[in-house]
Amino acid sequence: MTEQTSASSAEDVLLSVRGVEVHFPIRSGVLVERQVGAVKAVDGVDLDIPRGATVGLVGESGCGKSTLGRAILRLVEPTAGTVTFDGTDLGSLAGEELRRMRRQLQMVFQDPMASLDPRQNVQSVLSEPLRAHGVGGDHTARVRELLDLVGLPASAANRYPHEFSGGQRQRIGIARAIALEPQLIVADEPVSALDVSIQAQVVNLLEELQDRLGLTYLVIAHDLAVVRHIADVVAVMYLGGLVEQAPSDDLYATPLHPYTKALMSAVPIPDPAVEDTRQRILLQGDLPSPADPPPGCRFHTRCPFRQPTRCDDERPALRTVEGHPQAHRVACHWAEDIEAGRIQPAASAVIEPDPAPDPDPAATT
Amino acid sequence: MTTTEPLLDVRDLSVTFARKSGPTVHAVDGVSFTVRPGETVGLVGESGSGKSVTSLAVMGLLPRRGVRVGGQVLFDTDDLLTLPRDRMRDIRGRDIAMVFQDPMSSLNPVVPIGVQVTEVLERHQRLRGDKASAAAAELLSRVGIPDPTRRLKEYPHQLSGGMRQRALIAMALACQPRLLIADEPTTALDVTIQAQIIELLKELVQDTGAALVMITHDLGIVAGLCDTVHVMYSGRIVESAGRRELFAEPRHPYTGGLLASVPRLDAPRGAPLHPIPGSPTDVLRWERGCAFAPRCPNRLDACTDGPPPLETLPGRRLRCLNPLSETEEVPA
Ligand SMILES: Nc1ncnc2c1ncn2[C@@H]1O[C@H](COP(=O)(O)OP(=O)(O)OP(=O)(O)O)[C@@H](O)[C@H]1O
Ligand SMILES: Nc1ncnc2c1ncn2[C@@H]1O[C@H](COP(=O)(O)OP(=O)(O)OP(=O)(O)O)[C@@H](O)[C@H]1O
Ligand code: SF4
Ligand SMILES: [Mg+2]
Ligand SMILES: [Mg+2]
Repeated sequence: MTEQTSASSAEDVLLSVRGVEVHFPIRSGVLVERQVGAVKAVDGVDLDIPRGATVGLVGESGCGKSTLGRAILRLVEPTAGTVTFDGTDLGSLAGEELRRMRRQLQMVFQDPMASLDPRQNVQSVLSEPLRAHGVGGDHTARVRELLDLVGLPASAANRYPHEFSGGQRQRIGIARAIALEPQLIVADEPVSALDVSIQAQVVNLLEELQDRLGLTYLVIAHDLAVVRHIADVVAVMYLGGLVEQAPSDDLYATPLHPYTKALMSAVPIPDPAVEDTRQRILLQGDLPSPADPPPGCRFHTRCPFRQPTRCDDERPALRTVEGHPQAHRVACHWAEDIEAGRIQPAASAVIEPDPAPDPDPAATT
Repeated sequence: MTTTEPLLDVRDLSVTFARKSGPTVHAVDGVSFTVRPGETVGLVGESGSGKSVTSLAVMGLLPRRGVRVGGQVLFDTDDLLTLPRDRMRDIRGRDIAMVFQDPMSSLNPVVPIGVQVTEVLERHQRLRGDKASAAAAELLSRVGIPDPTRRLKEYPHQLSGGMRQRALIAMALACQPRLLIADEPTTALDVTIQAQIIELLKELVQDTGAALVMITHDLGIVAGLCDTVHVMYSGRIVESAGRRELFAEPRHPYTGGLLASVPRLDAPRGAPLHPIPGSPTDVLRWERGCAFAPRCPNRLDACTDGPPPLETLPGRRLRCLNPLSETEEVPA
């Protein structure tokens, strides 16, 4: 096999993103506005979403996840690149054609309350997309069916968003997204606003609906454990670009990019036995500003494995690495040397497990 | 087992809020726990379980109007609940400090960070002028703020969320407290920054010998950080144990349910999640029975006859009539 170059590779790709950039202009000037720079929220992303699969997109706040999701749905216009859905270049569509295509692509938002109109009852919330897309007739039966699909009673139809708990509101948001039988759903942080005990309900619901309706998902989340659970393929984003992309199991078994390694080692695991024996890689400082991204590897200012050459002046591209599946791609110049242990992280970044945790266990009261 | 006297001894704490419309809210209901010098204690529970109200009551920071606080909060030998305001103000800041989830709410937006840290040093360590500024820079660098001398001149909005939280921790440390209460200090932060802050808190506890009360909804944080953990549900403690015992063998169905419902990064892919049914709003009032009963898979008829007592078992406290058995596997 060769490098995958287009959407027509062996896999059945539903959505294909190539070279997508979203740059937001920064303007200044009192009388005459001038553009003085740009926030490079998304800066050259290639991503394929296979039909029926779940792709997870993870990364820190501000790295451009939501903007990429919005660019895919054309809720924001990409400043460069193409998004191809089911063989059609979405950028070539306008007016009625674009509107018709939109039925196929829906979004689920983080905050179900903010995305629901408080004055509309559930019946009207769920029939709105049907009306908007010219589905005629009485929507009562369809609404009841949708409620049933997301595990809400038919009586929910007459109630208002504030009468529901957060988890139930997210179910309503999901019902609205599937109302038009879309093929792709972009779920932007679908569980992060929910209480821990009900996040699993919504994760399970998303999985169940995928099986029943054959949906394809792009799930955006900052919680790696959730993404690891739900996604077949995971893409890791840093400062506008993807730094690693791999089948979920490969990524978690052998993260190749220093950022992925650090991210994974930072996720706490609810098990003292694991926590006490883990090595951690701590990153220095914060995410740099996307208005002024570092040259070379975007991650080099925080990278514990940074080398004196290449890292600060040559931007690494996503590529495959010997000994790993074709689908595992990483954007680091030194991935092979890091994996082989020839390059070690800066000692100051490594926190070894405490050899004697709880030397003096406190008594419980 | 240590024999050290507790530094903080919270006894039967209860907090009720009177509301203009509707019944009074029993936000905290008979909560007791102790914190020993150098110990890290975790309070975990979902939104609304009473974690923040507990800490605000300890700090004497609850509003006075419409709020009733009962029980005792012993610090050394003083009951903080009955202490005159000015004595309480002295203790707060000198002996007990608090770090909140939203650092912006505790920083003055129009005063440079440096001035704010220096003020605390002047008040509590009686440092003046250049000495105070130097000590402030030293503190910022101690909490991992790069280029501290420059940062001292910056305003809170010029710092990132992680830097602000560090600045707040620096201010908390400026008074060399014996007890630090951290209320979801990393919830608003990215996981890589969270790891930095947790590591910082661990080091500080080790280096200064201060005790730490960590309030969080994240069981993962508790697993790696706390000596003792108290699980709260709807205003009451439902289970307390050392962290190893609690995670190895959760006995309360709520604790077990939480552990079975959160995805683990190290779990094999496809491992099913077992959600807790219902939502935290489906609660029974404790007077009428176990508040968790409407969601509990282990519920018995007796569970809704009256409030189950908090029983003391070896190494554990447990409020449940039909707990998970000692050897029962938590569905993983
Ligand atoms: N409409 C806009 N105009 C200008 N800048 C924007 C706009 N939308 C987003 N940005 C900037 O683009 C960058 C990426 O934002 P985005 O919301 O995509 O991040 P994210 O990864 O979704 O973060 P989070 O996890 O916090 O949701 C940020 O620096 C943000 O401030
Ligand atoms: N000032 C107040 N007036 C009235 N009710 C209040 C007040 N503060 C808190 N409560 C109520 O007390 C209960 C406990 O709230 P608390 O803030 O302690 O929860 P928490 O466990 O900290 O939750 P979270 O994880 O959301 O921070 C909640 O039901 C809340 O609505
Ligand atoms: S290219 Fe260099 S700076 Fe970037 S991740 Fe690899 S080692 Fe680190
Ligand atoms: Mg976002
Ligand atoms: Mg709180």
